[in-house]
Amino acid sequence: MAAAAPSVFLLMVNGQVESAQFPAYDDLYCKYCFVYGQDWAPTAGLEEGISQITCKSQDVRQALVWNFPIDVTFKSTNPYGWPQIVLSVYGPDVFGNDVVRGYGAVHVPFSPGRHKRTIPMFVPESTSKLQKFTSWFMGRRPEYTDPKVVAQGEGREVTRVRSQGFVTMLFNVVTKDMRKLGYNSGPLDTQGISGPSPLQGLPR
Amino acid sequence: MNPKEEKVKIITEEFVENYDDSEVRRPKTSKAQKHKRKKQVQKASPEDMVSEKSPSDSLQEPSQDDPNGSLLNVTARRSQRSLPPTPSASRTGFAEFSMRERLREKLQAARSKAESALLQEIPTPRPRHLRSPREKESETELGTEPRAEVERTQQEDDSQSNSRVKVRRSARKIKSKTQVPPGYPSAEEAYNFFTFTFDPEPEDLEKKPKSKPRERRNQMEEEEEEEEEEEEGQHPMQTRANKAVTVDEEDVLGRPEEDFLLDLGPTEEDFVAVRPAEYQSVHTRLQVEDKLLFAPSKHSVPMYKKLPENVQPRFLEDEGLYIGARPEVPRTSQNIMENRLLVQEPVQKWFGDDGRILALPNPIKPFPSRPPVPAQSQDVKRELETLYKKAVKYIHSTTQHMIGSGDSPVNFQLDVDISGLIFTHHPCFSREHVLAAKLAQLYDQYLARRQRNKAKFLTDKLQALRNALQMGLNPANPHKSPNLTPKAISEYKSEIWQTRKLRDAEQEKDRTLLKTLIKVWKEMKSLREFQRFTNTPLKLVLRKEKVDQKADEEAQEAEIQAELSELLEEHLMEYEEQLEVYKAAQQRWKAWRKARRAKKKKKKKKKPAEEEQPQEEEEEEEEEEEQGEEEPVKPVPPQPTNRAALEQQVRERAAQGRRRPGEPVLVPELSLAGSVTPTDQCPRVEVLRREDVKRRSVHVKVLFNHKEVSRTDSRPLGTDFRVHFGQIFNLQIFNWPESLTLQVYETVGHSGTSLLAEVFLPIPETTAVTGRAVLEEVEFSSNQHVTLDHEGVGSGVPFSFEADGSNQLILMTSGKVANSVSWAVGENGIPLIPPLSQQNIGLRSALKRADAISSIGTSGLTDMKKLAKWAAESKLDPNDPNNGPLMQLISVATSGESYVPDFFRLEQLQQEFNFVSDEELNRSKRFRLLRLRSQEVPEFRNYKQVPLYDREILEKVFQDYEKRLRERNVIEAKDHIDTHRATVAKYLQQVRESVINRFLIARHHFLPADLIAEEEVPNISILGLSLFKLAEQKRPLRPRRKGRKKVTAQNLSDGDIKLLVNIIRAYDIPMRKPVASKFQQQSRPSRTFIEKHPASPATQSPAHSTDYPLDQVRVRPFVEVSFQRTVCHTTTAEGPNPSWNEELELPFRAPSGDYSTTSLQSVRDDVFINIFDEVLSDVLEDERDRGSGLHTRIERHWLGCVKIPFSTIYFQARIDGTFKIDIPPVLLGYSKERGFDSVRSLSEGSYLTLFITMEPQLVPGEPVREKFDSQEDEKLLHATEKFQAECSLKFPHRQCLTTAINISGKTVFITRYLKPLNPPQEFLDAYPNNPQATAELVAHYVSLIPFLPDSVSFAGICDLWSTSDQFLDLLAGDEEEHAVLLCNYFLFLGKKAWLVMGSAIPEGPTAYVLTREQSHYLIWNPCSGHVYRQFDTFCPLKSVGCLIGPDNVWFNIQRYDSPLRINFDVTKPKLWKSFFSRSLPYPGLSSIQPEELRYQHTDKAAASELQDRIEKILKEKIMDWRPRNLTRWNRYCTSTLRHFLPQLERSQGGDVDEDHQAELLRQLGDYRFSGFPLHMPYSEIKPLVEAVHSTGVHSIDIPNVEFALAVYVHPYPRNVLSVWIYVASLIRNR
Repeated sequence: MAAAAPSVFLLMVNGQVESAQFPAYDDLYCKYCFVYGQDWAPTAGLEEGISQITCKSQDVRQALVWNFPIDVTFKSTNPYGWPQIVLSVYGPDVFGNDVVRGYGAVHVPFSPGRHKRTIPMFVPESTSKLQKFTSWFMGRRPEYTDPKVVAQGEGREVTRVRSQGFVTMLFNVVTKDMRKLGYNSGPLDTQGISGPSPLQGLPR
Repeated sequence: MNPKEEKVKIITEEFVENYDDSEVRRPKTSKAQKHKRKKQVQKASPEDMVSEKSPSDSLQEPSQDDPNGSLLNVTARRSQRSLPPTPSASRTGFAEFSMRERLREKLQAARSKAESALLQEIPTPRPRHLRSPREKESETELGTEPRAEVERTQQEDDSQSNSRVKVRRSARKIKSKTQVPPGYPSAEEAYNFFTFTFDPEPEDLEKKPKSKPRERRNQMEEEEEEEEEEEEGQHPMQTRANKAVTVDEEDVLGRPEEDFLLDLGPTEEDFVAVRPAEYQSVHTRLQVEDKLLFAPSKHSVPMYKKLPENVQPRFLEDEGLYIGARPEVPRTSQNIMENRLLVQEPVQKWFGDDGRILALPNPIKPFPSRPPVPAQSQDVKRELETLYKKAVKYIHSTTQHMIGSGDSPVNFQLDVDISGLIFTHHPCFSREHVLAAKLAQLYDQYLARRQRNKAKFLTDKLQALRNALQMGLNPANPHKSPNLTPKAISEYKSEIWQTRKLRDAEQEKDRTLLKTLIKVWKEMKSLREFQRFTNTPLKLVLRKEKVDQKADEEAQEAEIQAELSELLEEHLMEYEEQLEVYKAAQQRWKAWRKARRAKKKKKKKKKPAEEEQPQEEEEEEEEEEEQGEEEPVKPVPPQPTNRAALEQQVRERAAQGRRRPGEPVLVPELSLAGSVTPTDQCPRVEVLRREDVKRRSVHVKVLFNHKEVSRTDSRPLGTDFRVHFGQIFNLQIFNWPESLTLQVYETVGHSGTSLLAEVFLPIPETTAVTGRAVLEEVEFSSNQHVTLDHEGVGSGVPFSFEADGSNQLILMTSGKVANSVSWAVGENGIPLIPPLSQQNIGLRSALKRADAISSIGTSGLTDMKKLAKWAAESKLDPNDPNNGPLMQLISVATSGESYVPDFFRLEQLQQEFNFVSDEELNRSKRFRLLRLRSQEVPEFRNYKQVPLYDREILEKVFQDYEKRLRERNVIEAKDHIDTHRATVAKYLQQVRESVINRFLIARHHFLPADLIAEEEVPNISILGLSLFKLAEQKRPLRPRRKGRKKVTAQNLSDGDIKLLVNIIRAYDIPMRKPVASKFQQQSRPSRTFIEKHPASPATQSPAHSTDYPLDQVRVRPFVEVSFQRTVCHTTTAEGPNPSWNEELELPFRAPSGDYSTTSLQSVRDDVFINIFDEVLSDVLEDERDRGSGLHTRIERHWLGCVKIPFSTIYFQARIDGTFKIDIPPVLLGYSKERGFDSVRSLSEGSYLTLFITMEPQLVPGEPVREKFDSQEDEKLLHATEKFQAECSLKFPHRQCLTTAINISGKTVFITRYLKPLNPPQEFLDAYPNNPQATAELVAHYVSLIPFLPDSVSFAGICDLWSTSDQFLDLLAGDEEEHAVLLCNYFLFLGKKAWLVMGSAIPEGPTAYVLTREQSHYLIWNPCSGHVYRQFDTFCPLKSVGCLIGPDNVWFNIQRYDSPLRINFDVTKPKLWKSFFSRSLPYPGLSSIQPEELRYQHTDKAAASELQDRIEKILKEKIMDWRPRNLTRWNRYCTSTLRHFLPQLERSQGGDVDEDHQAELLRQLGDYRFSGFPLHMPYSEIKPLVEAVHSTGVHSIDIPNVEFALAVYVHPYPRNVLSVWIYVASLIRNR
């Protein structure tokens, strides 16, 4: 890329899947992947990953901490289809089957800096009570055919979901050439910003 | 803080007072009381401020009015001032007590309320002794507070502590914050106080005596301050609550109070005094109120009060000024307002001149501006501007395209109504007619003038102006004068002058007109008398209207006087001006004279010096002289005005222009009451004239854009020279009209027609819609000269009324056409007006858009500036609504752009929300790309990374797409050679597109299963099975094949999918023939049809096998699989029955990397499995080298191929079986080795055993879930569903078909497709005695129709069945169409035939045809034309699902479904479940097939042309494929081959193998041949090329190789073409 007239802009995301709050479950691991539009292409880093299994902390918070790093760089020509990270959390049920404990997605923050996001997680529900029972019994809960479904709006009306918990993510976003290409996504003076204080980024 | 303290104090005080227990508290108490009193005193001030309080309240209970407010004030003030309180020893009186009591009640109420409502944190009264330490602390704080206060007040002077400062500050803060709305904050603070800190009182009291260190106090104060701030924060919320509480203090003294009291202590009951409620009688209250309140009277106010003294009300409206309608206000309200204004603000600025309150015009429009629902009436449409937008074709349209169906052109309609024609002059006019016309014209003029009545209007205006001037000048009217500046006065005056002039002119005109009218009438009367007959019924009656002479005179006199005075004034002014001018001139003149004299003197003096500069002098003199010439005369002083002369003038004018006073007003009335003299009483000339008139008739032609479009009927000219047509012409037009002309033609007798005149009609405004258009009269005239020999005056010729011929007149034929032109209105109320875009671009259309213009109908106005100027000059009344549109227009025109339409439009701000303008959107390549991608246009659906800048997008990107778009409408015969096929291809393309679009829509409908993977609810059997499984062996001895996991196609990428081809073995590969046996005649081999040569094994004697040396391998076959340009091949095996058992792996690439189901379904690639013979030939030139090297050349000779479409593999998931190798009928140099085993002897051809699958297995696309509409009976449809459900329950894998979807997307019952249909006659005639041969011929014909799988074209959505005629039209279809056509032919031939729905290899689910011969059944493959016996082991049909006949459907309910093992006797209900049975009898469904098929003979010339072209193309291709080698064509061989081909066609590919070989050898000599004919149905060039390429003939690179290629195209009816391509390579043997 010539610095004078860039033809793409870059978005570098690093951060981590910090922790989760799933009050009812333990021994969870999580997978992440990115969903992005056609004009986007990953240039470096891992697009998807799978974390270790973590157990609940013994303190009051009962947090499930993964601290699973994410580091990926995208290039794009069009902000349309801005990358979303899709998280899916799995864990064993009473019979020891791995079942999905939550899906969630969030857009990578638009503005450069440090961002903390808490993603509410949900799982699809069975279509009937009987199926719910059998799926519990058989240890095969309903799952999305593709976790990436949660990053799209189309066709979601046919599903019913239940909330499960939260996953907290930390993003450090750096963009390049966005402004040069006419996309204004952040505060004007990026220099002076050492990132909003972590408190500010925390969800309410 | 302070109010809080105060409150504490108050309460403590109450305690003290009631208990009256300790002397210690006495001073404090009294102090508190004092505070109270003070508060009472000061209560007045907040009272004033709180104006919202109802007066009654304030009257009744002054003390209760917001004590908090007063409290606050007091405390605030006190603390601010920090004044020591004056000690008061006096005890509180009863009044005070009661007041206090009330206060206390109120506080209690407030507290209890708050307790219950606001402060949920203290739900129950807290027990005093169970307090938290924190609470205690606060209590102590509060408790000490009063003391601190006391101390502070006492020790005011030693204010070294900062506490006071703080206190002050805080107090100030409160004050500043709270005093703006006095009352509220304090209330709320009181509230807080009570709710929070009431409890501690007793303790406080106890603690009070304790002395505390000062620091502590300070600290506490600080804390309080903090608290205070907190409270302030809470203000807004609590204020509201408090307000609510304080409203009804009186009533809320119930339980809450007791709570409160309980809280306080047990003795609290003593405080409560029960008293009756206070009551004031209404009367007294009213009295009191009367004093305080002001109620304006409802009676109307006399006029004099509203106006300044001695001023008469003036009604502007009467003066002719425009005054808008006042808004309607009830009279009483108005009166009240007036009264109030008069009392409150005695200045009369509120009242206008007319004595009414000034008011703006009523802003409410008389009619709603919102357009009503369009359905109501079309009249309201006018308010809506209809914006024409070109209809955009809906991309995802589901409509079916039909061949040749274009857009129907849009029609617009112009209605031309020609109602009639009136001649104002005609050659046949008699003199009387001329006069009559004149009279009529004058009368019309008169009527028009009278209607306008301009004179009256001007008179009124003059009057109004005069009045206004009078008013302005009147010194007694001081309040009005300011707005009448001298300038305005002068303007008024000039206007008066102008108006007067105009009026005079108008009056004069009126009068002249009347006079002329009378004069003409008189002339006419005299003429009638003179000629003694009358021609016209015209009659003028003058009606006299008497007038009061005196009043009239007076009015006139007054008028004259007014005028006179004005004139005088004017003259005076003029005189003065002139005088001024004169004076100035005079002075100048005098000065000049003086100067001149002086100069003269000077001159004289200078005379001696003059000689020095004579020149200059002269010049000077000249100048002087000139000056002298300039000022030759002394200015004349102006004459003062002569009043008498002026009066004289005025009077004269009045007499001239106006009616004389007392003279009756004359009203002329023209009527047609007169009688016309009958013809027989007229003189001869007149009779002649009348006859001539009768002979004449007139018609009108309508010319649109200079073309005659219609004409009226010819109508005779009436005696009154009026023609009535009353015809309306509806002109259907396409373009914006350029001109519209009417031509008036006159026919005289039978002689002929002559064009009288042309009338140009204006093109109507877009608003002129039929039904609303007004009939207009357009005048015309002609310049032709007509002289007549009768009484008629002629035209263009002079004539005279006078007897002596003087005073000649020349009249031209002229008249008026009454017509109206308007736009027609369509059915749905839309005017059929061509879009504006069609009009001439420019000002015209711009004008059209400005509604104001079209509404005032000034289409001719083009110069806006001029118009604006005119409007400014004419001083239009801008307030007058009649001028509204014009003013608007002018404002628009002058301002430039901002054009405020008079209509309502939805999405009016759309423009502003548009991202970019449409043009830019269209221009930008990037936007275009993005848009196309989002529309899922195939070319761009998967376009990745659309560049950011336009410049980075290559034009190339769009080329394909644009080309496709272009070609969609252009039928191009390049690829298709004959146009019919091109059309069909186009049509198919369109159908495909529409179906794909439909599918794209369907793709966006999701079922839960699409999104969620969920286990199905297991039924008992599965549960049982799974239980069983637990006990199952982990590794069974005979493992069962488990289904592989299917992969959904979404997360795949290139290289993930592989095609696995397992080539197992082959049978009966043709073998090389020994070259030695070159002239040996082979026995004629068997034909395709088995029946025909039952003895074939016998002929296949391996007679010549002995020729071969046994050690030589006669064929070394290998298999090459090519797919998507990837080629893999097996090792070479040996012998005619090789066994490879090899797995080939071919990568699969989806088109443009799209692995979605849709895209995979539409993959059209085929897997070619070619069998080659590897021939090793010795190339050693020199025998001596043999020892040192291996010199062999590997040649490969194509033997045959198997072609399997990818779509089949995709849908079948695996293909497993033995396939017949497609071996050309003739393989030069090869022959079949037969007869080794008797079992295989039955078979014909060679076979290959294959297993093909994909890794990983892909989920095939699901059928579309759309329910198609149907025209079938609901019951029948229901029955089909039931039938299908039953069948699929029993045999889920057997195909059961009862309905099909026809090409227009409708569900049709399947038997409707079957009906006897005639095959081409020539087939019937070919073998009249051999039905079997005929059947074969027909099958061959059907197989020649190109095959096009539906699943490819329709992306696996649905199987469309076209009828046989459609099929023949399209010349493409899949198995069903072929089968249906073949079945129909067989039915026609009298066979018993059925459609077999089942599955075959390699096609999968397919349709075959079953026929019943005398003793056996035959199974026909409709696509290949092959026929098999029922028990043929190599029959590709592997299972039978159902049979379909013309009247029933039978489902196979036998145990087996292989045709080998089933019984085809459909009459057995145990074996075949029939759809129509006794319970549901066959209703006799009509067929959807045509009655008869018509066949056109195909053009033979075209076929031969095609043949040449194909040959040329193929030859070129072969040369292209051999870029490194020279390609030689053996022309002689080619011509020989060309001879073979027709024979092949005749024998339908029967083996003529040996003949060819022999023939070739005989003709060409010693050559090594390798070649074969290819036979294909013709659809396009491309498959032919592919086929030739796949044989690899071109790949021989022996240097001396020669090629031969011949093509033969055999035409069958209906453009079915059979193509034969004979390719051969020749190598000369040395």
